[in-house]
Amino acid sequence: MIVELTYLELLVAAVTVFVLAIFLGFEIISKVPPTLHTPLMSGANAISGIAVVGALLLSNVALVDGNAPLAAKLAVVALVLATINVVGGFLVTNRMLQMIAGRGRK
Amino acid sequence: MDSAVWDLGYLAAALLFILGLKKLGHPRTAPTGNLYGASGMLLAVIVTLARIESETGIIGWELIVGGLAVGTLIGAWMALRVEMTGMPEMVALFNGFGGGASALVALSEVLSRLDEGNIPEGIPLYATWIAIGLSGLVGWITLSGSLVAMMKLKGGFSLPGGKWVRFPTWGPPWLNTVKVLLLFACLGFIWLSIQEPTNEQWIYGLIACATLLGVLFVLPIGGADMPVVVSLLNSLSGIAAAFTGFVLMNNVLIIAGSMVGAAGLILTFIMCKAMNRELRDVLFKAFGGGSDRETVTRTKVGSDPDEVAMLCDGIAKCIIVPGYGMAVSQCQHQVREFAEILEGRDCEVKYGIHPVAGRMPGHMNVLLAEANVPYEQLVELENINSEFTETDVVLVVGANDTVNPAARSDEGPLAGMPILDVDKARVVVMVKRSLSVGYAGVDNDLFYEDSTMMLFGDGKEMMMRLVQAMQEL
Repeated sequence: MIVELTYLELLVAAVTVFVLAIFLGFEIISKVPPTLHTPLMSGANAISGIAVVGALLLSNVALVDGNAPLAAKLAVVALVLATINVVGGFLVTNRMLQMIAGRGRK
Repeated sequence: MDSAVWDLGYLAAALLFILGLKKLGHPRTAPTGNLYGASGMLLAVIVTLARIESETGIIGWELIVGGLAVGTLIGAWMALRVEMTGMPEMVALFNGFGGGASALVALSEVLSRLDEGNIPEGIPLYATWIAIGLSGLVGWITLSGSLVAMMKLKGGFSLPGGKWVRFPTWGPPWLNTVKVLLLFACLGFIWLSIQEPTNEQWIYGLIACATLLGVLFVLPIGGADMPVVVSLLNSLSGIAAAFTGFVLMNNVLIIAGSMVGAAGLILTFIMCKAMNRELRDVLFKAFGGGSDRETVTRTKVGSDPDEVAMLCDGIAKCIIVPGYGMAVSQCQHQVREFAEILEGRDCEVKYGIHPVAGRMPGHMNVLLAEANVPYEQLVELENINSEFTETDVVLVVGANDTVNPAARSDEGPLAGMPILDVDKARVVVMVKRSLSVGYAGVDNDLFYEDSTMMLFGDGKEMMMRLVQAMQEL
């Protein structure tokens, strides 16, 4: 038996996930020591580069005579920005954390 | 293959994000947390590529590989090159990129739907177009706002030809009305785009208004309020990603985005609380004096480093309080040298860190970590305040409002802000350029106390001379 979900059901499920994820976000990072404020922020920022997923999906367009439609061009710009955000964000967070944790000794 | 497989892959990525964020909140597990986050992202990318391959085949190799490669190279180059002192600017810039990427994905989705004539009706139309509109609204605000914030943190920008322009902080009261009108214009454009989904002009109108709104939103905010803005923009970049998730009906975007949104909001509130200000006031009320700043009428004779060095000889306990001035003059290494000399002479040294010292959350911690200061020595405001009474010397480096006793009174812009009680120590040494007021525009009585010694000058130069004087002793 194949059950087809209607769009409305999908939407309600997505809204449910959205609301629960916000509460989860508040719960898991309620107390953060100040030493970690910057790394937490830049780490979280790298995660917000998750738009890379959408950018990849929309960049999958074949070139015609070396050219792509405007939508695909914008998607590639998004892909570059999101990848900078992700790669740069995680690397710089790692650098900071190494500095903070790695040099605890005197 | 069934799309359920991809959704399970995304679920695994989302779990890695959740665990990663949780671990990022504790000092011991933070590096692992970051690794979890990065793995989650890698997994999400791999799942997406596999999904594209199985659904339609990868037909856009050039674009996909090119985009990923260029982004990786630029991102890695920036992350490895940046100095710790340039960290606030880079965090702000990355926030902007995250928001911009989400907004562009939403825009690209609209345009490709229009190309294909794939426009839904009824509820799907409303839901999708509202999501596209909100993602664009938040995303473009984040992008333009972050760029302004970045230039503010840098202090300015150079024009072609090498001329340095200071970035202004400007916000007359009527600007708030303009901002509200712009917000309504944005919502109006979203409504219009739903009424006439085939007309992409409405979307471009939205982009223009949202971009301007982002600029105007950050323009009036400066100085000590920057940590609030930076963490708020961080939150917005997450929310933009979550809305984009609704556009694509993709759970991993919704989960990751809304958690980042929540995390950024928590930090924003921590920052507001540390300044005893409401978020509303930070965003809509200019702080302190601005042009009508109180002029300095009292005078104080400055001390010299030799005098301070002699005073520091044989003391038992010293607390160092850094502020934005330490970041500007980049003297964290000299501060650490000073601390090490004292420690070599059996003096206990700690650092008192105010949560909003600097221009981003945790700014002082990052700078001092860069200078190899063990992080056990960095003590939070609540825990160090009881120790000042038993402290011989407090060295305040480039901080002002965060140690201003005026905050204990009920009046003025600083009223009620938690401060470091440095005035309770036996002697306070302040390294500062002048007697001028801090960002809040409130005169600091501490300067004029008999137990306070002022070292007037650039932080780095003064700390170098102080270290030298200590060594010669």
